[in-house]
Amino acid sequence: MAGLVANARVVASLGARSVRQTFRRPQLAAPIVVFPSLLLAVQTGGAGGAVNLPQFPEVNGFLDFMLAGAMIQSCLLAGNSGGIALAVDLEMGFTDRLFVAPVSRYAIVLGRLAGTAALGAISAIYYVVVGLIFGVTYEEGVGGVALMVLWVTLAAVAFGSIAAAIALRTGRASVVQGMFPMIFVILFLSTAFFPAELMQEPAATVAQYNPLSFVVAGVRDPVVSVVTGAGALKAFASIAGFAALGLGLSALAMRRRLRLG
Amino acid sequence: MAAIEVRGLERAFQGGVKAVRGVALEVAEGEIYAFLGPNGAGKTTTVRMLTTLLRPTGGSARVAGHDIVREAPAVRRAIGVALQEAALDPLMTGRELIHLQATLHRLPRAEARARADELLARVGLEYAADRRVGTYSGGMRRRLDLASALVHEPRVLFLDEPTTGLDPVSRKTIWDEVRALNRAGTTVFLTTQYLEEADQLADRVGIIAQGRIVAEGTPRELKAQVGKPHLEIAIADGEVERAREVVGRLGRALPPKDGLVLVELDGGAAQVAPVVRALDEAGIAVESLQLVEPTLDDVFVAKTGRHLEGDGAGEAAGGAGEERAEQPAEA
Repeated sequence: MAGLVANARVVASLGARSVRQTFRRPQLAAPIVVFPSLLLAVQTGGAGGAVNLPQFPEVNGFLDFMLAGAMIQSCLLAGNSGGIALAVDLEMGFTDRLFVAPVSRYAIVLGRLAGTAALGAISAIYYVVVGLIFGVTYEEGVGGVALMVLWVTLAAVAFGSIAAAIALRTGRASVVQGMFPMIFVILFLSTAFFPAELMQEPAATVAQYNPLSFVVAGVRDPVVSVVTGAGALKAFASIAGFAALGLGLSALAMRRRLRLG
Repeated sequence: MAAIEVRGLERAFQGGVKAVRGVALEVAEGEIYAFLGPNGAGKTTTVRMLTTLLRPTGGSARVAGHDIVREAPAVRRAIGVALQEAALDPLMTGRELIHLQATLHRLPRAEARARADELLARVGLEYAADRRVGTYSGGMRRRLDLASALVHEPRVLFLDEPTTGLDPVSRKTIWDEVRALNRAGTTVFLTTQYLEEADQLADRVGIIAQGRIVAEGTPRELKAQVGKPHLEIAIADGEVERAREVVGRLGRALPPKDGLVLVELDGGAAQVAPVVRALDEAGIAVESLQLVEPTLDDVFVAKTGRHLEGDGAGEAAGGAGEERAEQPAEA
């Protein structure tokens, strides 16, 4: 029990460090707030008329539809930034300082993910406020907003764990940074920025089955419609799948790193 | 019980390159042991194994009574480590770093705060405690690194090249702190490529080249292995032979070199005055004299055929390859 408490304190301390580090290094914070905000502004301003297209879902406004996309983009980039920061720690030898301490080495990765979770929650709240300022109606009220924040926070951890696995396996920030284009490909092949009904094949089919689309839907439902058990389950299962993949790969990468030094 | 016991320690990297080849040593409780060798000799690889950061591919070692492989967590509780080039997060403040280190070592929050204040004052960094580490000089970083390694009062302290790249003043500050820690009972294992550092600080020195310990002992013992101190005396013309005869009564006269009279002295510096007196009594005018003592570099040359410092020190005994430059291979 004492060991568990000690490791929990380590996770909290490393999480706090991770959040401070992000706000102190603009290149880590920018992808979480600036890029998605810009894309949100440009798309909402330039393509707002898309809501009038036939087959576009019933929404109060284009921003209502886009908000979930911006949140998911932000948490994907938060996860990636966390991976980059972990790789920088590995490159400069800071993780050695942590590895020679008498704590579980997995707590070190969980600490980084705790920071990513906090950043996910912060970014979700930021976009909720942006939505409120620009007239978004949250159909499911406060409870729905809380659910959105929860999904974005959990998704940030899940995506962060995949970035952490890449960081642990390669130990190179440039490799994790190289995931940026891939993130946008995966995002644009989901329903984050456009409904699947209006996409051309094969993108429409890919978007329909892309697990990220289920996460997007889980975040979007409280804004534009109603939360259903099936929708929530799909969102949770998708996030859990990403997390299982990321945490599994991180554990393998960590074991390899510890074995080989 | 020895603080560190190493038996046949080995580490191979990808391609079969062996960075450490059967290192064996013992460090007693309360001793300062210096691991002296050039870049690539295997010093850092050895330290990384002893601090549980790297698994050996052969041999065994115990630190503070615990096996470095089977009882790694117990080893980590007993040691403090300041690694090469002070891997510090430039975005953290000095105080934040010490707090984090205290949390890693399970110190309660209030104790961690008090310990941070104490350690920052001890290494003279209280004035910069709330500044980001990125604004610190190299010497300040090393002092902070040292302070963070001491947060849990370790029994054994590992310092990997603690003064590399530092100016003489910062170097001396680190040395003073290491001596103070040692006086308080901490066992210190340090690696260095500086002869003077090993000579000044260490109770015993292990010289490592190409992954093997080639000599071990106190600095005095090691130097004694390669010769005795000798005096080089410059005297007036025409007096060389007579001077040799005089000094030959006090020590072993060596063949003259560049017009200098050379005499080997068993007693070292203590015998200089009698030699000068004898020459004076014989009416021989001494223009200058210099006592030349064997250095650890002479020991290194005698054991490896190469110089440790100066020209090409970085490659002098290279070949084994430090782990940082290597891709690890399966153990």
